[in-house]
Amino acid sequence: MTVPAKLDERFRDAASAAGLLDAAYDVTDSPVGELLVAATDRGVCWIEFGPEETLDRLQRQVGTRLLRVPRRLTPVRQELDEYFSGERTTFDVDVDLAAVPAFQRHVLDELVRVPYGEVTTYGALATRIGKPRAARAVGGALNRNPVPIIVPCHRVIGASGSLVGYAGGLERKQLLLQLEGAALV
Amino acid sequence: MALVSIPPFEEFYAAHRDRVYGLLVRRVGRQQADDAFQETFLRALRAYDGLRHAEQLGAWVTTIAERVVIDAHRRSRSTEKLGESEAWDGRPPHAELEHLAGELPPTERAAVVLRYGYDLDYDQIGAVLGSNATAARQAASAGVRRLRKELT
Repeated sequence: MTVPAKLDERFRDAASAAGLLDAAYDVTDSPVGELLVAATDRGVCWIEFGPEETLDRLQRQVGTRLLRVPRRLTPVRQELDEYFSGERTTFDVDVDLAAVPAFQRHVLDELVRVPYGEVTTYGALATRIGKPRAARAVGGALNRNPVPIIVPCHRVIGASGSLVGYAGGLERKQLLLQLEGAALV
Repeated sequence: MALVSIPPFEEFYAAHRDRVYGLLVRRVGRQQADDAFQETFLRALRAYDGLRHAEQLGAWVTTIAERVVIDAHRRSRSTEKLGESEAWDGRPPHAELEHLAGELPPTERAAVVLRYGYDLDYDQIGAVLGSNATAARQAASAGVRRLRKELT
């Protein structure tokens, strides 16, 4: 016997409201492909590119109590839609980086200050966190950014002006920078 | 026995929701099935973190649903209608437990099965039973004492 859609939705909302989930998630469409978006009670904790990805990595990061709760993710989906349509240049939703190790968090906190439409380099970011020789480590920290797009690791490029790398693929990095109208060499 | 890793709750829920809903409709009627359904999976979610293995999660959630049915009957003061045979539809997780615990009163049986069949701790069992760790511990040890008596 199939569970009525309303009851199914009611349970999902109740589970989220009761604070029983490690994270609520949803899948949303975007110009850079499908996005798996997840949030804890504290904020957005995960954005992953591509529908071929499963919940495996998210589960390793936050825990097994994962449930698809579209309503919980509505504000995030809305802001992402506005961002992709060019109406939004900063995100207002809270971000939860509690599961991120200290050094990486330091890098990501600094990264959030790089404004829309601008780019910086791995070396410059390393200097900004007071570790000018740590460009490579900064690259590693960005590569494992759990909340791409909102925490804008796409705004970090190589000293020569080349895009260098992106966990979601260089094509997506280029698309995001073009959308923001960033001046690339 | 190879350990089956615990799936994300979404997967577990999607795999069992329809069967559990059908079971609840049969047991408490369509009117009360919605509340019982939500209560069942909220209890499962409260205990989910404590699962040590993913063997027979279907039987596990059936145990929880049966417990919710019993609580619902209690609340509607119709416990006298609950016969010994009616209180258990699902298969307990392990054959030996089914054999041993089958004759216990519902709460003791649930506590014993969840403790020794699923390795849940008493906090989690309390969450499933809708009570607390102390009550769960008491129910499990009462069940074990009763089993010992029956076996000697």
